Order: sequence, then C-alpha cells, then structure tokens
Amino acid sequence: MQEIVMPINNQGMALLCLLVPLLPLAGFIINGLGNRSIAKGLVSFIGSGTVLASFLITVYLFLDFTSNGSRAYTVDFYDWISVGTMQIGFSFLIDQLTLLMMLMVTGIGFLIHLYSAGYMSHDENFGKFFAFINLFMFSMLLLVMGSNYVMMFVGWEGVGLCSYLLIGFWNKNTNYNNAAKKAFVMNRIGDLGFLLAIFLIFITFGSVSFPQVFSEAAQYTGGIDSGVMIAITLLLFVGAMGKSAQIPLFTWLPDAMAGPTPVSALIHAATMVTAGIYMVLRSNVLYALAPTTMEIIAIVGVATALVAATIGLAQNDIKKVLAYSTVSQLGYMFLALGVMAFTSSIFHVLTHAFFKALLFLAAGSVIHAMSNEQDIRHMGGLRKYLPITFVTFLIGTLAISGIPPFAGFFSKDELLAHVWVHSKLLWGLGVLVSFMTSFYMFRLLFLTFFGTFRGTEAQKSHLHESPMSMTLPLIVLAILSTVGGFLGIPPIFGENMHVLQNYLAPIYQFASVANPAAVEPMHLDHSTEWLLMGISVAVALVAAGIAYVTYVSKNTVPAPEGTKLSPLHNLVYNKYYIDEIYDTVVVKPVMWMSATFHRVVDLLVVDGIVNGLGKLVTHFSRTLRHVQSGAIGFYLMVMVLSIVLIIFLNFFIG
Amino acid sequence: MNNIPEVIRTIPLDYYLYFSAALFVIGVIGVLTRRNAIVIFMCVELMLNSVNLLLTAIASYRGDSSAQVFVFFIMAVAAAEVTVGLAIIVMTYRNIRSTDVQLLNYLKW
Repeated sequence: MQEIVMPINNQGMALLCLLVPLLPLAGFIINGLGNRSIAKGLVSFIGSGTVLASFLITVYLFLDFTSNGSRAYTVDFYDWISVGTMQIGFSFLIDQLTLLMMLMVTGIGFLIHLYSAGYMSHDENFGKFFAFINLFMFSMLLLVMGSNYVMMFVGWEGVGLCSYLLIGFWNKNTNYNNAAKKAFVMNRIGDLGFLLAIFLIFITFGSVSFPQVFSEAAQYTGGIDSGVMIAITLLLFVGAMGKSAQIPLFTWLPDAMAGPTPVSALIHAATMVTAGIYMVLRSNVLYALAPTTMEIIAIVGVATALVAATIGLAQNDIKKVLAYSTVSQLGYMFLALGVMAFTSSIFHVLTHAFFKALLFLAAGSVIHAMSNEQDIRHMGGLRKYLPITFVTFLIGTLAISGIPPFAGFFSKDELLAHVWVHSKLLWGLGVLVSFMTSFYMFRLLFLTFFGTFRGTEAQKSHLHESPMSMTLPLIVLAILSTVGGFLGIPPIFGENMHVLQNYLAPIYQFASVANPAAVEPMHLDHSTEWLLMGISVAVALVAAGIAYVTYVSKNTVPAPEGTKLSPLHNLVYNKYYIDEIYDTVVVKPVMWMSATFHRVVDLLVVDGIVNGLGKLVTHFSRTLRHVQSGAIGFYLMVMVLSIVLIIFLNFFIG
Repeated sequence: MNNIPEVIRTIPLDYYLYFSAALFVIGVIGVLTRRNAIVIFMCVELMLNSVNLLLTAIASYRGDSSAQVFVFFIMAVAAAEVTVGLAIIVMTYRNIRSTDVQLLNYLKW
C-alpha cells in the first residue's frame, strides 16, 4: 500500500543529485568574485553553462527515475542539525514532484540565462547580475529538493534574498531600492507564518523530515479538521501568501517589476512565486486533513485572482499588466488547491511558467527595442519591426487566455472543471477572471503591436529585432506554450491520457490514506465537461473580440497621465488604493511608533540611565579625589587605622 | 644553664609579649608622629625587631625552631630593605635639601 521512501546507496547518483544545486553555486562564486575582471562572454558562458549542466543532470535523473519504476528516494549527505530529539539531515528528496519542479526550474532557468546574456549585455554590472541569478538557481533548487521543512525554509529564504537583490539590482534608483525593501519585508511576514508552522509540525509529529511527517500524518488520530491541523496548514498558507503574492500580501509583486526583465520572468513569474504552491502541494496530506483551510485558500485565491485581474485591466505599463496577470494566475492556482485539485494546480504552475516566462521575455524584447520605454501608450505598430517577438507574444497571449490548443487552455479548463464540481459560485468568479485575463492580455497585445507607432522619432529609428540569444529562448518557450498543454489531456479526448495526473499520482498516497474523500478523482459527465470547455473558450474569444474592437477597430489609446477618469476606472487605475491603505494602516503607525520610541524610550530612558550613571561617577570622583592630598602622614595614618580595623574585624567578626 | 632557650625561659612569656607590644606601639607612634624620614625609617626597624623578639621567645617556649628560621629571613630582608630605603632618602635629600616627609607632597590631585 504505502511505499517507504528509502535512502539511496548509490554514491554516483548521490553525487549527481548534489551537483544539480552545486553547479549554479559554483557559478555564483566564480562570477561573484570575478565581477568586473572576467570578460562578459566568459561570465555568460559560466552563468548559463552551469545551469545548462544542472538541467542535463536533472534530465538524466528524471530518465533514471522513470526507468527504475518511479520509486521516490532520499539522498542523505550528513547530519546537519542534531539537538535532543531533533534530527535534521542535509538531504534531498527525489520524487515525482521534486523532479517536475527541478526540470521546470533548471529548464526555464537556462533559457532565461541565455536571454539575459543578450538583454543585459549593455549593463556594467553584468557579472553581478549573473552571480545573483545563479545564486537564485541554487536557492530555488535547494527549496524544491530539500527533504525536510528546514531545508525548504533555507531555500525559501535564499530565493527571498535573491529576489531582494535582483529587484534592487539597479540600486542607484531609490524607487527600485524601496520596491526591493517592500518585497523583502512583505515576504518576512509570510516567512514568520512558515516558521511557526515548522515549529508546530515538529511539536505535533516530532520530526520535520517529509517522509516521516507525511507517514505520521497518514495515521493521524486527531481526526479531520482538528485544531492543530488547521493551525499548521493556515500558518503554512501564510508563508505561501507572502511568497506567492496572495491577498493581503500581494502588493510587492507588481512593485518587483523594478528589477531587470529576465528577473521578472524567472523569479517573479515562473519559479519563485510558485514556491507557495509547491509547498502546499508537498504538504498535501496535511491539507487533506484540514478541509476548512482549503475553503479559506479557495476564497483567498479567487479574491486575489479577481482583484489583480481588475487592476490589470487599467494598467498602462507593459510589465505591470503582466505582473498583475501573474498575481491573478497565482490566485487561480490557489483556487485549484483550495478545491483539492492538486494536479490541476501544478499543471497550471507548469503551463503558466511557460507562457508567463515567454510573455515577460517578449515584453523585455519590446522594452529593449524601445530603449527602456515601458508605457504601452507610447508603443503601437511594433508587429512590423519585431516579427519574432510579435509571434511569440501572440502565442503567449493565446496560451494565457485559454484558447485551444495552447497550453493555458488545458490547464485552465481542467482547473475550472474542478472548481465547478466544488462550487458553482467560485466557478462563476473564475470564469469572470478568465474573461478579464483574456481582455487585458489582448489589450496589451493590440496596443503594443497593432495600430501606428506612438513613440518618439528617436525611438522609432532605433527599433530593431532582438539578437539571437534573446529570440531563441522566446521561440523555445513559444513551442512549450503551444504543446505544453498536451501533458494533461482531459478524459473527454481519451481516457488515461492525462500524463501529468498518472505521473503525479504517487505523491498523494499518504493523503489518500489520511482522508480518502479529499483526493478521490473528479466525476463529471462528458456533456457537462464539453459545456464548461465551450463556455471558457467562448468567454476568452468574446473578450478578445471586445479588445479588438476597442483597440484596433476604434484605435482607442488609454488616456494620458492626469486625465480625469470615471470613479470606477480611477479606483482600478490606482490599484484600489491598497498601497495607500497599507501606508495609512501599517506603515505610518509603525513609523510613528518608532519615532515615539526614539524620543521617549531611547532619548529619555536609555540615554537617561547611561548618561546619569556617567554623571554620578564623575561627580563622586570629583569629590573623592581630594582624599589624595599628597601628605604622607595622612596616608600612614589611614594605613595604620585600616590595619587596626581589619585586625579588630578579624577578632570580633571573623 | 648554657642553653639559650633555657636562658630565655627564665623570664615568663607574658613579659616578652608586653615588651614586644610596647616596642611595636612605640614604632607605630614614631612612624605616625615624626617628620624626619630617617627617624620614621628607624621606627619601622623597631617594629620589625619587636616581631623578631616575639618570634624568638615563642620559639623557645614551644621548643620549635622554625620560628627562629623566620627571624633570620626577616633580618636578611630587612637588611636589603634598609639599603634601598636609605638610598631613596639620600636621593630625596639631594633633591630637596631636607629629609622632612611633609615636604614630599607634590604627588596629589
């Protein structure tokens, strides 16, 4: 019934597993130490080469894994922390989910490294960029490979650090630094939840290692929906909220677009932000024991998707639109988790990684051609100048909008079908989000690539298709965005064709023991499924049509800055004033509190005590120094009297 | 009657104690009251010798010679101390043309 995860004894395999994260770390060290002394060509060779090597090793591990009967194993290196009954090993867990994430991270990571070599070529801190992004790869791999919550946490913090470093990469701009700080601080809030969850897991199960915790949880006697389980899962979800930008901790992600575009693609779209979903998925047995948490996750997910999508409708910065789209899609993934559609969620993670990385990289290509212009009101008609970028961006748009046969269609459709079974209301909201997604993506596409050019003459003369190293990743990602969906063919096109479902089934084995109701497969008759599919495609097409009429036929251009907008439009354009609300509710009171503490506690109490002691000693010494009069007779007198006193004391007390 | 401890024992121990105490107190008073460095020095020697006397007397009464060995040590150390002390006094005299300790009050606050 239950497979026990065995440690691997094969030294060669262990070494290969270790090399996967270690190679990018080596790249980080070499590029980091030799920041400006290594030639740019060599820097990009080392940076991309190490990640490519990791990817190839991962492919080998994957093939080895599947050809050996897909048995999960752990790779133990050494005892990392050993205190009392707590044993935390430095070890990796290699199973279906890990390998899937590793393939995604290293594969897309390599493409984005390749892209960066072209995109960042004019930057003076080229070496620093590659060093940081390699460090990110290392941390992310540690996060997905770690075999216990503590190692996951180390990777979790590592990617947070790299995210901070890369958002503030152009650190001469104060706004960018503030964006980096905002991301870091908001992530810390989530991390606190994660940390508390780890403590609670240790108290409850006496271990933090995945195989042990999950097999214990499978035999958990506290019943379904016990208080402890809800607390653990909710706290874990708080961690996921921070990292995966869910309400209320989502405002950092749009600001994170301050970083270079490859960073937005890799960290803030494809990999790091999906760490929260990976974590929930990894802990699926715990979540299966806490259906109440799942309801909360579903609600938070759909709310995030809705809020972000509406904001995305009115943004004019090409990267901001994509950022809100990312937040919205992450909301979708959490919605899927919330209705226990675990596989659909990871499926959407995968397809989203393809098409969102593609969209960001294509947007980067546009920005590169436009000499760092990001406002879509100044673009237009770029189809003629950037043909490859246009085609790939179009594929990305079709994929995210859920138009068959592109990748997003399959994952989104499957996800919405699961939501339909769970709750009709959530499904309705999901379809609404899908409508808005399609609308703002086509709006972006039409405003950027159709119509006439609206930028300056200088920009127009500079327009050019990006170099090979940038277009190649675009093409590869476009192909993946086109065919990626076939990993999960729904049952109506053929029974047992859902490759991903079959592949991932073993990771739910403990959940199916703990709470069989949670993971039983969805039952939906074929006519309903056809209907749902038809509705989501129709909605996407209608939205695209509306966008076409508005922005191509009527040639509408969003109003320039400072125009008076209708109240609703204004509200959405200003992102519901969430940043301002946070500023008033959290930032200002904290600032006020710090200032007050500085004035009262620091200046009065602490300084008062320290300075007071100093003054007291000075004053006392000033009086006492007169004792040293220089008169030898006096000294002798004091000496004799003291000796007499000591003798007396000896006699009468001692 | 030619054994020294026996000679010492012809006087009761109490008398030695009173005598030593008296000598010691005289020394202390001398150190405290006199101003001439050489006199103070002699008073210090007086205190040392009162202790020596006491040690010798008690050694004889208890038939234990180790106290007498102490006396020899004290004498040797005192001799060394006297040379150093007198040298200091000589230097002081050369500098201030006096041996009055009341004049040596430069080292103060």
